[in-house]
Amino acid sequence: MVSQSLKQAFATVVGSDNIMDAEADKHSYSYDAAVLDPVLPSLVVRPTTMEAMGKVVKLCNDNGLPITVRGAGSNLSGGTIPSKGGVVLLTNALDKILEINEEDMYAVVQTGAITAKFANAVAAKGLFYPPDPGSQAVSTLGGNVAENAGGLRGLKYGVTKDYVMGVNFFDVDGNWCKSGSKTVKCVTGLNIPQLMVGSEGTLAVMSEFILKLVPPPQTSKAMMAIFPDIMTASRTVSAIIAAKVVPCTLEFMDNFTIGAVEGYAKVGLPLDAGSLLLIEVDGHPGQVADDAEKVEKICKDNGCTRIQVAKDAVERNKVWEARRAALSSLARLRPTTVLEDATVPRSKIPAMMEALDKIAKDYKLTIGTFGHAGDGNLHPTILCDRRDKEEFHRVEQGVDAIFAAALALDGTLSGEHGIGLAKSRYMELETNKASVMYSKRIKAAVDPKNILNPGKILGE
Amino acid sequence: MADLNQMLKMLGELDDQLVNCMRCGMCQSVCPVFAETGREADVARGKIALLEFLGHEMISDTKGVKDRLDKCLLCGSCAAACPSGVKAVDIFLKARAIVTAFIGLSPVKKAIFRGMLSKPKLFNNLLAIGTKFQGLFTSPVNDIIGSSCSKLLSPVLGDRHLLSLAAKPLRSVGNLNTAPGKSGLKVAFFYGCVVDKMFTTVGEAMLKVFKHHGVGVYMPIDQVCCGVPSLASGDMKSFEDLVRMNLKLFGKGDFDYIITPCGTCTSAFHHVWPLMCNDFSQEERAQIEMLAGKAMDINAFIADKLGVSVVESSVGAKKVTIHDPCHLKKSLGVSGQVRTVLKANPNLEVVEMSGSDICCGCGGSFNLQHYSVSTKIGKKKRDSIAATGADIVAAGCPACMMQIADMMSQAGDRIAVKHPVELYAQTLG
Ligand SMILES: Cc1cc2nc3c(=O)[nH]c(=O)nc-3n(C[C@H](O)[C@H](O)[C@H](O)COP(=O)(O)OP(=O)(O)OC[C@H]3O[C@@H](n4cnc5c(N)ncnc54)[C@H](O)[C@@H]3O)c2cc1C
Ligand code: SF4
Ligand code: SF4
Ligand code: SF4
Repeated sequence: MVSQSLKQAFATVVGSDNIMDAEADKHSYSYDAAVLDPVLPSLVVRPTTMEAMGKVVKLCNDNGLPITVRGAGSNLSGGTIPSKGGVVLLTNALDKILEINEEDMYAVVQTGAITAKFANAVAAKGLFYPPDPGSQAVSTLGGNVAENAGGLRGLKYGVTKDYVMGVNFFDVDGNWCKSGSKTVKCVTGLNIPQLMVGSEGTLAVMSEFILKLVPPPQTSKAMMAIFPDIMTASRTVSAIIAAKVVPCTLEFMDNFTIGAVEGYAKVGLPLDAGSLLLIEVDGHPGQVADDAEKVEKICKDNGCTRIQVAKDAVERNKVWEARRAALSSLARLRPTTVLEDATVPRSKIPAMMEALDKIAKDYKLTIGTFGHAGDGNLHPTILCDRRDKEEFHRVEQGVDAIFAAALALDGTLSGEHGIGLAKSRYMELETNKASVMYSKRIKAAVDPKNILNPGKILGE
Repeated sequence: MADLNQMLKMLGELDDQLVNCMRCGMCQSVCPVFAETGREADVARGKIALLEFLGHEMISDTKGVKDRLDKCLLCGSCAAACPSGVKAVDIFLKARAIVTAFIGLSPVKKAIFRGMLSKPKLFNNLLAIGTKFQGLFTSPVNDIIGSSCSKLLSPVLGDRHLLSLAAKPLRSVGNLNTAPGKSGLKVAFFYGCVVDKMFTTVGEAMLKVFKHHGVGVYMPIDQVCCGVPSLASGDMKSFEDLVRMNLKLFGKGDFDYIITPCGTCTSAFHHVWPLMCNDFSQEERAQIEMLAGKAMDINAFIADKLGVSVVESSVGAKKVTIHDPCHLKKSLGVSGQVRTVLKANPNLEVVEMSGSDICCGCGGSFNLQHYSVSTKIGKKKRDSIAATGADIVAAGCPACMMQIADMMSQAGDRIAVKHPVELYAQTLG
């Protein structure tokens, strides 16, 4: 509970219109996109200035109140569920793009800026911000940094961490700290910006970012290749990389997902296809033509039954429509969609797909898998009804089995969705006790009262 | 009903729809209300979560949930963008009825909906009193009416730049029932409240179009409101009364189409009546299904059934930009036809605005209960319109026309607000 006088103190800092403690409002900040039980905060605050945000942090620390920072609440791991109650701090009023510097190719943004709006503003200046998570229309850059979000372009362009040059943040006492710089090179002190990447709100409350921008590719070519089974598609992926072609996107879909997409979006996919790759190469026109030709040949040599190269923007759009429809098509089949992101080295994709097949059978689950084949980041998507206790129990067992399988293949628990609440108990499985302890000590040093998103990543 | 168990049972029946929301939050990118307030309870995900919690007795404050449910334009942007196919507006309409039945309709609302809207004679007479009506009803109306189209009452509201009521309602033309001409088609003409009482020129333009194309017209002047405003306020009884009154006039279905100039009215026939009239008799249900099949927007009728051709704009043509009303585009899929209809007029040149299908912020009751948010949304629309440099803005929905007129006029713009059918009718002799 937050006392009346403390509530008043928050109201003085952010204005009384920007605090919420009505029952219905608190309930609307008790969940995020993860399939987990909701937990109510005691208070929700929405600072409209950075100064106020810093004061909110200090008030929380002085009073030992947990803080859960919330951007768009689109994360899939429970990172914004206020599992220990306390204050939910909204960043969506702090959404300014402060600078887009064309000469030095960087931008400065506030944490609440929306990814897609930012990427569009950058594009309007003739530059390119590549990280493009599927949620970019709503996700905040703060959320992207805190989760180290990836996207379709990860293989060639990397993920959020590759674009973070600097992070400004409030420490737990509400002091404003700077890290990184606007220069390409910077070795001033510890590499704090990269410590903040993926920290899920457990180390600091981030305020602004300096983000790297790159020149956009001049042109691109997209194609869709159909394969009789997973093995042939997977061999093709390895062969493309071995031929030293790095497509900007290399996406995969299994037979079940193909069926779901076709059933919903009717884009003309063959229902009997074992799997499908969506490939896009980009860059200099000459190189794009070369690469596209190489990729086409590699696909054919490796058993692809049909390949469709997009001739123009309309056809390209059609190719991507199939990929964009993947999650929606699956989500419509059953009430609950559990979207996982266990990741394996890309050569292990066939083995991982086999393991997923077995898990689906063992636990009687419906699993459709699509994802970023180029970087081994698969999205096994379990379709179920969370209201059915028995079924959901099997889902939880299946999720355990997916993690075990990914780790057995030298993979990782999460390629891009983060650990949050959902996966914290598996941390030791992938690392070891000492590694988790090391992280806990870092956290204890910067957050002695354990108020910064307590319980996330590192568990209790 | 005022019975908790009854409410929980009815919310339980909605549960199958609620559970389809996967909480992805993608609706945040399109919700016009959320864009202004940044509050989760204002976006579809928040409202759906609250309904689920209410149904599972995790929240006790029904009134709190209802208030948040009412803070919504029912524009359907969320449903159109939802990856999981959640029909948010259907859910909200049902939920408003359920929670209102539990809490009860406020006395003032009762007076408006039961005492006025569903008693068409009284309503028509009252409106005939014209300007005096404004002074009489201003304050009680202000804090109420939760409707999708209570725009019909906005003329009674003070500080807006309002269009005045027509000197004579469209109804004064009298009953019509003419035989099909050269088109071989006969239509029922459902003009809707706003066109009857304010934009009579839109109705006259439609009659001109029907006449020109040789379309037979059945227009009974005892027709009443489609019921959506009552429904949006959660007043099921008034809604059902209105539907039944209309069924008496249109239930026989001796016409090919039932045509309206209002996206909301068309979607009422097409979608809302079949969805909400579950307790009707079999015979009534059959009539409702029949009307759902025959309902058509005037733009779609002109473009798809009467067949008009797009012509080159002449020199000195006036620039017209198009606002795509939510219910017209998002629930009926009518937008290309509006362009066809306008491009049939050589004296017009269509210039598109950015975000033509972004809501204008009217949302009926919303405009009344949350005028400041409504105005903020409306101002953005006004800015997109003004940026085109157009002389005219066309909107195929009388409610949007009122909202846009208010916004343009407050900004001091000199841009005419017209219904596409008025502009098309100009080309006919
Ligand atoms: C449909 C869908 C598709 C998705 N696709 C992808 C994808 O392709 N790739 C991908 O990587 N992810 C994806 N995600 C997951 C999610 O969108 C990303 O993790 C995104 O980065 C979250 O951004 P957000 O603004 O919603 O953050 P939130 O969910 O609000 O927060 C995420 C975490 O960041 C912390 N945080 C936010 N702001 C701050 C701050 N200022 N200071 C400290 N901590 C902060 C929060 O406390 C929380 O722990 C998808 C999700 C959905 C629903
Ligand atoms: S977009 Fe649809 S599924 Fe996603 S949160 Fe909104 S209503 Fe729910
Ligand atoms: S109907 Fe419109 S206003 Fe209401 S929640 Fe959906 S997008 Fe928002
Ligand atoms: S939807 Fe049409 S009939 Fe119904 S209130 Fe609005 S204008 Fe009147």
